[in-house]
Amino acid sequence: MADHPIGKSFPRKEGRKKVTGQALYVDDVSFPEMLHGVTVRSPSPRGRIKNISFAGNIPWDEFTIVTAKDIPGANYVALILNDQPYLAADFVNHPEEPIVLLAHIDKYLVEEARRNVSIEIEEQPAIFTLEDSLARKAIVWGEDNVFKKFLVDKGNVDEAWARADYIVEGEYETGAQEQLYIENNGAIAIANAAEGVTVWGSMQCPYYVHKALVKLFGLPEDKIRIIQTETGGGFGGKEEYPSLIAGHAALLAWKSGKPVKIIYDRAEDMVATTKRHPSRTRHKTAIDKNGKLLAMEIEFVIDGGAYCTLSPVVLSRGTIHAAGPYVCPNVRIHSRAVATNLPPQGAFRGFGAPQSIFALERHMDKVAHTLGLTPEEFRRRNFIHEGETTATSQVIRESVNMDHLLTRALQLSDYHAKRERFARDNAASNGRFSKKRGMGFATFMHGAGFTGSGEVFLQSIVSAEASDQGTVKILAASTEIGQGTNTIFSQIAAEALGLDFDSIEIVQPDTGRVPNSGPTVASRTSMVVGKLVESAVTGLKQTLLGSGLLPENYSQSEFKNACAEYVARFGSLKTSATYQPPPNVHWDDEKYQGDAYGAYAWAVYVAEVSFDELTYEAHVEDFVALQEVGRVLNPVLAAGQIEGGVAQAIGFTLFENVVWKDGRMANNQMTNYIIPTPADIPPIRVFFEENPYAYGPGGAKGIGELPMDGAAPAILNAIENATGISFNHIPLMPELLMETFTATKRHKTNK
Amino acid sequence: MLMSKTQVVEFTVNGEARRVDVFPMARLLDVLREELLLTGTKEGCGEGECGACTVIVDGQIVNSCLVPVAQVNGARITTIEGVAGAGDLHAVQQAFIEHGGAQCGICTPGMVLAAVDLLKRNPSPTENDVRNGLAGNLCRCTGYMKIFESVVRACQK
Repeated sequence: MADHPIGKSFPRKEGRKKVTGQALYVDDVSFPEMLHGVTVRSPSPRGRIKNISFAGNIPWDEFTIVTAKDIPGANYVALILNDQPYLAADFVNHPEEPIVLLAHIDKYLVEEARRNVSIEIEEQPAIFTLEDSLARKAIVWGEDNVFKKFLVDKGNVDEAWARADYIVEGEYETGAQEQLYIENNGAIAIANAAEGVTVWGSMQCPYYVHKALVKLFGLPEDKIRIIQTETGGGFGGKEEYPSLIAGHAALLAWKSGKPVKIIYDRAEDMVATTKRHPSRTRHKTAIDKNGKLLAMEIEFVIDGGAYCTLSPVVLSRGTIHAAGPYVCPNVRIHSRAVATNLPPQGAFRGFGAPQSIFALERHMDKVAHTLGLTPEEFRRRNFIHEGETTATSQVIRESVNMDHLLTRALQLSDYHAKRERFARDNAASNGRFSKKRGMGFATFMHGAGFTGSGEVFLQSIVSAEASDQGTVKILAASTEIGQGTNTIFSQIAAEALGLDFDSIEIVQPDTGRVPNSGPTVASRTSMVVGKLVESAVTGLKQTLLGSGLLPENYSQSEFKNACAEYVARFGSLKTSATYQPPPNVHWDDEKYQGDAYGAYAWAVYVAEVSFDELTYEAHVEDFVALQEVGRVLNPVLAAGQIEGGVAQAIGFTLFENVVWKDGRMANNQMTNYIIPTPADIPPIRVFFEENPYAYGPGGAKGIGELPMDGAAPAILNAIENATGISFNHIPLMPELLMETFTATKRHKTNK
Repeated sequence: MLMSKTQVVEFTVNGEARRVDVFPMARLLDVLREELLLTGTKEGCGEGECGACTVIVDGQIVNSCLVPVAQVNGARITTIEGVAGAGDLHAVQQAFIEHGGAQCGICTPGMVLAAVDLLKRNPSPTENDVRNGLAGNLCRCTGYMKIFESVVRACQK
């Protein structure tokens, strides 16, 4: 038997291809006679399409031109509400809405042609902020601009106010954020009536694209085939969007009879594709004289943009995480996803939770300050424990020790000593321009897998197939997007079979070959799909044991011999596993009560910041990320997930400002939309507490989204500690810091 | 652009003499990828911000999306395909695999070339040197910690 692979830092399975430049991303793939496709988009945010004209010195007869009239099936992107057209037929709802597709073999000429299509729009009133949407300044979607609302109602909030010793209110806002995977969106399609439609593309969820193209073409499922190419980052930005670009490439391919490639450049990717939902959260909290939470009333609103996309599920996750890892007898959360005329927002790592957790963890500091307690003490009095219930009345059945996590994180960051020292130094330097320093933290949790009954509904399947050479192929639709799917699945399978890591092969996700193991989202790949990998390969082993070809305690070569003999006798050896929920998981979709997630990861993040009074820059100097994610399957990959997520969250907090102008992103370039560079990132120090989860493979829980949640409030809590000023809006740009800081100073001087 | 004429440009790529007949203002990035089929060089932003298209031209790292091909006539160019020796990975490549320096891999070719160039100029960099040496290369996956570690480990070999 091989050593136990789980818990070891196996090098990335496809690492060699990546470091040598051999890995093939979608733009690295070509076909003979391939055309290049482009998208002509709306010139206006909202209105009726009056006329489309093709002008200029362009040989239009050489072009393949597709409009809504050319769509063979249904003109919508099949997802949740099916409200988003592939191509606007007569009405546009956002300023980047696709209307016409063009293809030509010369990619420079097709670009010039794009600029020569004029679209005339009879403009209608448009709205660009969630405030205007809530105020119904114009009705731009349905009857009331609301895609979805939820109400979580635990206990009786209304009766609690009268008993409260303190009532604290606050309002918190987060901005849009671009996923900014370094590989832009792209797809290649070959499509014709005889063979159906085949798409190669950069994507997280091949079966989402499959479902959408079945409807778009009105073809049977087996006539649509979706193949994932190496994917240069996703972070949610390639969860639902690829259905659109894949469909566009396929429509052009269908009409032209040639392979068609569409690759967005950075400007188009940033301006036209989905982003993190902007949000506004209002808190009203009742606390008794002992510093215990009596009631939490939370109003959470997200701006979904022009079409529904995944907004209902983003809203769901944000709603469920809004009350955090605290125990409170009375909780009411009302949440809404509203429509505006921005391009549709979509999935982005954390999926609503970073927004509502930002608000909560800023608010918890505010409540602590109001009560005269330290942020630490106030949280300790309210942490949830095993056996207690969350906002959705889910009884926490796993052991959880937030107190210990907090103690350890504060020690690792030297929080107490630094906070004391910074307070002294900041006071001593008052009146001079200097750097002020501060410490802040956030305590939070993140649920792994689909919410509520989502996993049961998905019914994910993974297959495993043994070859006569004794190698085992894993067939799953879960994509490698940099997070380590290939490596983790190989470790899980090798562990379950007692084989070498290298004897496991991961099959490229291709809907023609792999079963639907669900989308690669929601921190579900290791915990949920990984468990199916474990079950599927265990099925292989049991089949071989049952056949008598494999002894109980076998070696690698005995396994190989048994596979060879089995395949010789029976033709093939393949097993599948289908998702089974852990016992005692119940969810009520109507009341939004019950077991929201099978398991939660728990974390405490601590930020040390400096604030420069001369330049108004806030800088993160040190960052400690401590989390309990069940068993750590691969320490290097796991730390890489946390470090990358924290870096994105630092960007979300201090750097990444989407500037909107009439519904369009005005700074759609990497020159003026700034993500953290190697020079900007503090040491990110990652620590794990291991507490194996009974229903995860090797004891693992989800990890991918967690690190996006805690950094923003930790950093703003630290800035408040450094400056004495409470900021409740991110991104917190130097401009806003300057404005607020000088206003506060002026206010103090005038007193 | 439609009116301009192609011209012959000659240079060496990864030790091999190459001759292309292209528009002189074509981006070196496109010539490498489309004419020479060296697709390891990636486009991230097209404006010299992200460094995904980094190559080494006459010993200098450049963003190949900003270089018109006419400027490299007679130059010696190294792309990611030319970093590994015969059969052996470069120490930087090996370290990126072992220490988590690559995740999605799209910034990796550029990042590896920037690191190779850095170590050539400064064989034992401090972490601060590494930060500054790689400051022109953006990564969205790693948060850079494992990239710094990979570079530091590579020069310990």
